[in-house]
Amino acid sequence: MAALRYLPNSDQDRAEMLAACGLASLEQLYSHLPAEALIERPLVLKPGISEYEIVDYFKRRGAECGAGYASFLGAGVYRHYRPVMCDVVVSRGEFLTSYTPYQAEMAQGTLTTIFEFQTMVSQLTGMEVANASMYDGSTAVPEAALMAMRITGRDRCLVARTVHPEYREVLHTQARNARVHVETFGYDTRTGQIGLAELERLIDARTACVIVQSPNFFGSIEDLKAVADLAHKHGALLVDVFTEAVALGLLAPPECADIVVGELQSFAISPSYGGPYAGIIATKEKFIRQIPGRLVGETVDAGGNRAFCLTLSTREQHIRREKATSNICTNQALIALMATVFMSVYGKAGLRELAMQNHSKARYLADGLDRRFTAPFFNEFVVRAKSPEAVNKALLEKKIVGGLALGRFYPELEDSMLLCATEMSAKAAMDTVKEALS
Amino acid sequence: MAATTGKTRPNITQNEKLLFELSTPGKRGYQLPPMDVPEADPAETLGAGNVRDEIRDFPEVSEVEVIRHFTRLSTWNYGIDLGLFPLGSCTMKYNPRVNETVARTEGLAWAHPYQPESLSQGAMEIVATLECMLGEIFGMDAVTLQPAAGAHGEFTGIMMVREYLASKGNPRKKVLAPDSAHGTNPATAIIAGYEVANIRSNERGMIDLESLAAAIDEDVAALMVTNPNTVGVFEQDIAKICGMLHGKGAQVYMDGANMNALVGIARPGDFGIDVMHSNLHKTFSTPHGGGGPGAGAVGVRSHLEPFLPAPRVKLADGRWTWDYARPQSIGRVRAFYGNFGVLVRALAYILAHGGEGLKKATVDALLTANYVRARLEKRFKIAYDAPSMHECVFSDTLQEARGVRTGDVAKRLIDYGFHPYTVSFPLIVHGSMMIEPTETEPKQELDAFCDAMLAIADEIESNPEIVLNAPHNTRTPRVDEVRAARKPKVRWQRE
Repeated sequence: MAALRYLPNSDQDRAEMLAACGLASLEQLYSHLPAEALIERPLVLKPGISEYEIVDYFKRRGAECGAGYASFLGAGVYRHYRPVMCDVVVSRGEFLTSYTPYQAEMAQGTLTTIFEFQTMVSQLTGMEVANASMYDGSTAVPEAALMAMRITGRDRCLVARTVHPEYREVLHTQARNARVHVETFGYDTRTGQIGLAELERLIDARTACVIVQSPNFFGSIEDLKAVADLAHKHGALLVDVFTEAVALGLLAPPECADIVVGELQSFAISPSYGGPYAGIIATKEKFIRQIPGRLVGETVDAGGNRAFCLTLSTREQHIRREKATSNICTNQALIALMATVFMSVYGKAGLRELAMQNHSKARYLADGLDRRFTAPFFNEFVVRAKSPEAVNKALLEKKIVGGLALGRFYPELEDSMLLCATEMSAKAAMDTVKEALS
Repeated sequence: MAATTGKTRPNITQNEKLLFELSTPGKRGYQLPPMDVPEADPAETLGAGNVRDEIRDFPEVSEVEVIRHFTRLSTWNYGIDLGLFPLGSCTMKYNPRVNETVARTEGLAWAHPYQPESLSQGAMEIVATLECMLGEIFGMDAVTLQPAAGAHGEFTGIMMVREYLASKGNPRKKVLAPDSAHGTNPATAIIAGYEVANIRSNERGMIDLESLAAAIDEDVAALMVTNPNTVGVFEQDIAKICGMLHGKGAQVYMDGANMNALVGIARPGDFGIDVMHSNLHKTFSTPHGGGGPGAGAVGVRSHLEPFLPAPRVKLADGRWTWDYARPQSIGRVRAFYGNFGVLVRALAYILAHGGEGLKKATVDALLTANYVRARLEKRFKIAYDAPSMHECVFSDTLQEARGVRTGDVAKRLIDYGFHPYTVSFPLIVHGSMMIEPTETEPKQELDAFCDAMLAIADEIESNPEIVLNAPHNTRTPRVDEVRAARKPKVRWQRE
């Protein structure tokens, strides 16, 4: 039987172990279970298969998934080149097959990389504290909302309609617990930025936080300073969301926000049909005890050398149980490591150059197209198209996946699509898209 | 000549600075191709106020320094690839390497979640196939793969319970959790908007039926139960317990962290569980990666199916499609469709074993845990006499008499070449030592581990100091965790 390759013990080993246990058969290991719990039949699953057959199965599934197509989809998931180094590092068994670094003396590798990750996320976002990573960008949003509620003692969250629609859905699911109150505010139909006047009407003394995304779902860069001023005037916090981390290489960091959450998929993490990715949450020093999830801190070992360990775990569920800041018990360590390697490879100059390439390509793609909104954009923007579906269908025949038709999330934008260019968008393919849209 | 302790011999390790300290202006580890379009002027296209200055203190290192940096750091770590990793409740089993290969299959790794369904059939089939197989393994009618981790699966499950009860007119107020439960259970109940009531365990390490009966009333929404529970014991009265909750219109949630003890032997759906999660990074071998990514598949009985997160994959006219028309759904718990890359690895694991192989793995997991118990129970006090399933839990009472606690034994184990067991959990066991070897440990490795534990028991008699001050052989001796928390320093800053 093929699966035996993962089971290292021989029948002789099994017999010896059984004897040491004082048992006569393997069945005796579970014969004490109540009869109504035991399953009397074998599981209805096919017999195990070999490594070769497994590789072949997934190759065939992969072949059904449009490998070799150019793509202009963004909307929270971006096609960026993945430096070879990232997979080389995360494939090392010492990282890949290790556990959450509770035992600091034999996990300094993981702990040091997380400390570097936290530092780089702080540097990129202009925040003072970042945690060891979140599940992804979408789940970081309700965590930020809950954190803002703990800090302010208020229960109302105002979220912009220009925040990624699926991130908002995740926030609304959280709000079903009857303790979080979420309201949505609209956008300026000319600029594609948030409607500041509408926000001003909604914000009140119950508002814990205002949640905006920049660049937002339409690619429009928001005036965060104006939102921060308004939120702070009412004693609320500003939560800034990002989905395209490469933009941080070029855009001013969201320093005026109180909490920054976002998605690092752009940093060497394969699109992988939606995950796994890694989210971030970063904030000001004064809120450190309210941040959810794992935190790594610097300390010393018994020899007086610098060392790292998990810290402030009294915030966490395994110590605080029902009084914890969150039920989160893992981060996305390996994905965060991938992003850390990516940030090291590109570094200070590289991230900026990469961001410049993305922005320049997107500017080229947008040039001459009928842009829906006027606000500046980084590498995504909305264009009008009489029928986005027809444009995409025509492009598909040329092995190009076009933009995201916006009607599914914004009924009023049925005649629009969201296009994204990255450093991997070739001029020839962009020209084909421009032609199809003009 | 350096001395050998257990499996280890001290060797030279490399010191390594932080990336920021290695950094030298002008160094780079990348090269981008020349652009085929004109370069934008960001001050003009974005507005000068929107453009950042340099990213201060961001690293500047060469490619050679990058690979050396991370390789050196990796040598300070321990993983399953190096040896037994007996963390109880964590199921640190071998992570088959082919699973890493197939997760990087080009069409799958580069699939965008919004690409047309016509170009996503293979990925959707993987999701549907895994849902179906897990349903069979759990004895559940439907499975969602959207939750990103076990605790996230708990949240998903309890929110479904809430919506289900709300649809009957009252979401109710309380969730019950035994005092042996993982900390995530009570934390989840709170996040889902419930109060928590703790249920006492009895002298057999199982839920105390009298305490439970006293706690169940019309305000109880659900009981969150781990089975086998966190002392590695199967809840013998589980069917009765489920009946008690159902009798009052409440639901039973099973934390499937310990599912590795049951696959192919018993199915939660068959013994009365309404909703459960299973950590695919435990039972189904996807790598822990130093703390994620994981995936928390959630299985439900049919009455909860309408409340599953949307969208659901379904077959229509012979093609896979995402079904968003789910009016009773709790909504999304995560963007897109879950940690797909983790799902690929879990499916590869199930395909490799098949039904018979999965059961064989489970039986071996029970065997290794019971073997370790048998070898250690003369020198360490077993917490409960009840038969162990896939893990065995000891109390440090015999060691405490000599001033040595579970945390000290754990640190000394490191000197012998092993990652420690789970320390001080579950909370109901005094000085808990929770050991889960898993089925992928050869007897030689188990023997080396037991020999190490017994040698430590001897040391505690003859020379407790050596245990109290452990570890001695690691490059990093005991780390001062108290100091780290006193004035937290969570990022590097230029002096």
